[in-house]
Amino acid sequence: MSSIILRGGLVVGELSAEVGDVLIVDGRIAAVGVVADVPVKSVEVDASGCWVGPGFVDLHTHLREPGREEAETIESGAAAGALGGFTALVAMPNTEPALDSVALVSYVLDRGARTPLDIAVAGAITRGRRGEMLAPLAEMAELGVRLFTDDGMGVQDPSLMRRALTYAKPLGVRLAQHCEDELLAGGGSMNEGAVSSRLGLVGRPALAEELMVLRDIELVRLTGGAVHFLHLSTKRSLEMVVSARNEGLPVTFEVAPHHFTLDETACGQFDPLFKVHPPLRPRRDVNALREAMRSGQVDAVATDHAPHAPELKDLPFDEAPAGMLGLEHAASLTFEALGSEDASPLRFFALLSRGPARIAQLRNSDLRIRHSGHGGALAAGEDANLVVFDTETRWTARSGELHSRATNSPYDGRELVGKVRATIAKGRLVVNEGVLV
Amino acid sequence: MIQTIRGQNLLSLDNVSREAIVEVLDTAESFVEVNRRSIKKVPALKGRVVASLFFEESTRTRLSFETAAKRLSADVLSLAVASSSVKKGESLRDTIATIDALGIDAVVMRHQSSGAALQVSRYVPHVHVINAGDGLHQHPTQGLLDAFTIRQVLAERMGASGVESGSELFHGLRILIVGDIRHSRVARSDIAAYVTLGAQVRVAAPGTLLPTDIENWPVTVVDSFDEALEWADVVGLLRLQRERGSGSFVPSLGEFTQTFGLTVERAKKLRPSAIIMHPGPMNRGVEIDSRVADLPEAVIERQVANGVPIRMAVLYLTVAGSKEEVVS
Repeated sequence: MSSIILRGGLVVGELSAEVGDVLIVDGRIAAVGVVADVPVKSVEVDASGCWVGPGFVDLHTHLREPGREEAETIESGAAAGALGGFTALVAMPNTEPALDSVALVSYVLDRGARTPLDIAVAGAITRGRRGEMLAPLAEMAELGVRLFTDDGMGVQDPSLMRRALTYAKPLGVRLAQHCEDELLAGGGSMNEGAVSSRLGLVGRPALAEELMVLRDIELVRLTGGAVHFLHLSTKRSLEMVVSARNEGLPVTFEVAPHHFTLDETACGQFDPLFKVHPPLRPRRDVNALREAMRSGQVDAVATDHAPHAPELKDLPFDEAPAGMLGLEHAASLTFEALGSEDASPLRFFALLSRGPARIAQLRNSDLRIRHSGHGGALAAGEDANLVVFDTETRWTARSGELHSRATNSPYDGRELVGKVRATIAKGRLVVNEGVLV
Repeated sequence: MIQTIRGQNLLSLDNVSREAIVEVLDTAESFVEVNRRSIKKVPALKGRVVASLFFEESTRTRLSFETAAKRLSADVLSLAVASSSVKKGESLRDTIATIDALGIDAVVMRHQSSGAALQVSRYVPHVHVINAGDGLHQHPTQGLLDAFTIRQVLAERMGASGVESGSELFHGLRILIVGDIRHSRVARSDIAAYVTLGAQVRVAAPGTLLPTDIENWPVTVVDSFDEALEWADVVGLLRLQRERGSGSFVPSLGEFTQTFGLTVERAKKLRPSAIIMHPGPMNRGVEIDSRVADLPEAVIERQVANGVPIRMAVLYLTVAGSKEEVVS
């Protein structure tokens, strides 16, 4: 019998937070509150000054395996995730080859099961992510896949997207869309606006994102299929999806830390570290995203963690691949966006854990794929997937200290507040005192 | 804001002060005289090594820079790498590191990607990087030589000295830039130079060839090209960048010529003193009629000639960087 006792943290339930202890015995939460009776040989974690809540769930992680193991592997990505407080990651399917079959999905699930975290998989919507023919969605759904996406690019063809939604609906799965109309985005490499115009870089207009958001909302209305909007980056996109959700349409959305932290001026020195799709937007959009997070409009924060080998990020801006790291800084940046010391712990865990766990259908354990439950209420009997987040520690992000294989973080040198102290994943203490156990 | 380019890089004219631009123009003036000598050489950069690194094809700019370097007695390492770094399989960082290992003082660089010169300057902070054109971004020596040419022509007409006039001749000068502003690094550098020097700049182009945020630029978009021709002291034409896909931004070259080409008919609306400029290479019959290009008011060849003293001045100021008298 193994046991862990988390002492004296603010235990953040679904509706309220209270200072107390959490006792974990044999991979499950055994007691919450004032816990006096602790088994001998329990590992004790001092959680005073910390928030204790359900482990973070990332809806959007590029683990790069198979195909780009020089940038990240399932193992290295899981380590980075654990340090970032994540207990479950959804692996994106834009690997080489794309995760568009039972064999490939099984491969990633098997590799994932050997890591300390739960690695779920998002399957491709179309074969090879080519946007031409549907991938075997039903077969992959049988394996436990609950999200499908061609991320990296949206499904461009509206009739194919309509068909995918109609096909997916009875399977009880959700299509996650990267919204950018590539014809409008026109091969651009940053946000279209004053900065791109001055720099002579071809721009990706906000409209490229917003038109596809609008299109897909209408396709949801037509088909009844569910869509999760990935990394929305503009005020207008948020407004449209929030309004559709208020109408009762089955739509959800996530925002990414870089979009609510950095603006387009970061590209001013042509540093490809800041190249990402959808691109970094003007400050007014950044502020709108932060405001929506604080007011509880946002369903989830998702990292879009996108490792790239250093030589690729040394290419000229227009030739370099898009994407940046996110797993190890997402929680601190979310804390910052929520107002640091004024941040609401309930919102924080809603954005990083409970919201995304609901969207990925990871709240209950899934025996077929050996996944435990995530985003829980912190009640006795639940699977122990927990994080201890120290809200007081100030630290400086250093790209050289990351656990990803890649180093393409845009936050090097940034002062952060709040840091993951401990992560308990699948019942085991995997991070303690901020380092891997 | 860069107050002098002495000892610096020259990557863009976006952030260069009026004083710094005038300093380059004045320095170039002294090199004009060198180019008239029978022995066209000064020892200013003797023993210095200038690498010329053209990732994108160019004849005139490359020749102009290499001539300038040689007239300053610099050794020139010339590398033709007219293919994308990706296709070549070598990264920009490795290419520049290889050349740097040979021992160089400056690199003159042209690249098809905006920002490539700035990126290279981060890899070799001890080398002076001179941007000879990067994507759609900047072509600073073109902006300087265009400003130099305008000052030279105006000063000559007044029988005055360009150096003594400083930037005075630009105050209120009415400059009209016509054509593919959106895809033009020349336009970005020209506008920065002209506005910094005190000129009024208007632009004329089909909407699709204007930058999407033209309202943020320090220029006025003209309502009528024909009326603007009557207004202008200087008309700067731009090459229609067909190789950058600007062909698909207008229905046809013929229609572009009809609406925004400087035809013989339109040239008649110009004031008699108006200066006609083009950075070359010209698409004769597209943005400019052949007969207009050959008018005495067209200073296109003079622009080419002035490229050499301007690039001598830029190389001299960035590489030598000292305050001593330029031509002894």
